[in-house]
Amino acid sequence: MTGKDEKRIRIIAHIVLTILSLMSVLPFVLLISSSLTDEKAAIVSGFRFLPTQFSTEAYQYIMQQSTMIFRAYGITIFTTLVGTAIGLTVTSLLGYGLTKDIPGKGFFNFFVVFTMLFNGGLVPTYLIYTKYLHIADTIWALIVPSLLVNAFQVMLVRNYFSTSIPESLLESAKLDGASEMSIFRLIVLPLSKPILATVGLMMALAYWNNWTNGLYYLNDPSLYSIQNVLNAINSNIAALTSMAGSGLYINKSDIPTLTARMAIAVLGVLPMLIIYPFFQRYFVKGITLGAVKG
Amino acid sequence: MKKKKKRNWKNALPIYCMMLPGIIYLLVNNYAPMFGLVIAFKKINWNKGILGSDWAGFSNFRYLFASSEALNMTKNTVLYNLAFIVVGTVVSITVAILLNEVTAKFASRAYQTLILLPYMISWVIVSYLVFAFLSAETGMVNQSILGPLGKEPIVWYQEKKYWPFLLVFAYLWKSVGFSMVIYLSSIVGISKEYYEAARIDGAGKWKQIKYITLPLLKSTVITLLIMNIGSIFYSDFGLFYQVPRNSGALYDVTQTIDTYVYNALMQQGNISLSSAAGFYQSIVGFVLVLAANAIVRKYSKESALF
Repeated sequence: MTGKDEKRIRIIAHIVLTILSLMSVLPFVLLISSSLTDEKAAIVSGFRFLPTQFSTEAYQYIMQQSTMIFRAYGITIFTTLVGTAIGLTVTSLLGYGLTKDIPGKGFFNFFVVFTMLFNGGLVPTYLIYTKYLHIADTIWALIVPSLLVNAFQVMLVRNYFSTSIPESLLESAKLDGASEMSIFRLIVLPLSKPILATVGLMMALAYWNNWTNGLYYLNDPSLYSIQNVLNAINSNIAALTSMAGSGLYINKSDIPTLTARMAIAVLGVLPMLIIYPFFQRYFVKGITLGAVKG
Repeated sequence: MKKKKKRNWKNALPIYCMMLPGIIYLLVNNYAPMFGLVIAFKKINWNKGILGSDWAGFSNFRYLFASSEALNMTKNTVLYNLAFIVVGTVVSITVAILLNEVTAKFASRAYQTLILLPYMISWVIVSYLVFAFLSAETGMVNQSILGPLGKEPIVWYQEKKYWPFLLVFAYLWKSVGFSMVIYLSSIVGISKEYYEAARIDGAGKWKQIKYITLPLLKSTVITLLIMNIGSIFYSDFGLFYQVPRNSGALYDVTQTIDTYVYNALMQQGNISLSSAAGFYQSIVGFVLVLAANAIVRKYSKESALF
């Protein structure tokens, strides 16, 4: 009786999970297949899970415009690396400070947590960054606003520091005359690799996927990240030809705009599809860590 | 054991220096905009600056709430959130329980990896994926499903009636993996002894799920529920902006407070309306977060935000 029950539920589980897995993957298959379809065939019979008529024309067209794509990739990679590096440094320094018994400890903790409860929203944020800090149309627009430090990650790091690093170790280093900064660098950070890896990965994902900062703060397409390029083409298909130029196509109407935009989307998502399976368990760890509080 | 005495200001100086960059960032990125909310009460004149501009009293709010849009975006924001909370919770818990029943390591890892995949990509990419299905001319649905069935093609990005369903579906597609992982970690944390005892008593799998798993998930579920209700005044800008491709014909069913603020500020350049809507969201949102937190605090102290 019990065994039969167990078997039945396991079969149901496999069926449901297989369907859900397919639903997760099939849209990507459709996207890739669309990008590999001949432009005219796509117009006649639409996007399909298998190309009606295979063609790499869309990619050839994009490769002619490779400088635009490479520049956008370069900007995405640059902002991801720089943003994550600065963000992780500032976050862990602040998180470390919050574990210390210093005058104003309670105030500083409140100062950080309060930003999770209340925020000014888009309008004042936008005005401060554009009218006062003049960040619009600079590379910093993609790095600084909203993404650099968030209270939630500061608290994750702080909790790790205060629970996983033995106080006695810090005390004895202190007795040996080590400065706070060298204790932090030589003892705290090396002992905190797991949390730093997890938070760093969350930050990198946020930078890689961010498109809103570019939407709010950039007018200059030469600063567009890959997400911004995709967003620009999405809202205005003509942006593809204006951003990329017509290249070898003498007649602009011959440009495979329909399939080329799908091909750019494929190029935009491909690195994530490739990297993700290897980092999946760290992502999972980040999610469950976050769920403990919140 | 000697208790270390409270440090004095001088000893704490290096610590303050280490915290300084983070503090400055939060002051600029988070606190300055909070004070910037006063612009909702100003008639902005850029020659005078934000603080120097004349006060407008509540006129920006009168202007906002006189339009039907205020009610509509509030309704959309709250109702979509409620739908997401209810459907999302039920689906994620079901999937987590089913995944927990898969004992084969490889299969379980593969399912989890695939179902979590949509969480990893941006809403811009999602917008392309949806477009591949729903484009009126070349979309897969019109061409390969409705066509062969002899049905008229649907201009998806113009037809309001489909979007409540489509948005809930898109939300689920992208987020179920994430919440499933959270619930799964709770389920895995349940002691095996309970199940052992139940099996000895002759309880089948269904009974074990009903009488052990679900009751023990209750506190996770309630905490997450209340927290979600606390953020019911906020919507995911990417979902409501990218997935319907900001199509004006759909605003009745897709406009939330966040997309309204964006459209009013960036498309119309209307600071009065956008700042009033933003202020409204910030204040009501704040009250709701405080209320939710107070309730969670009462229910389980360690899950509370503060």
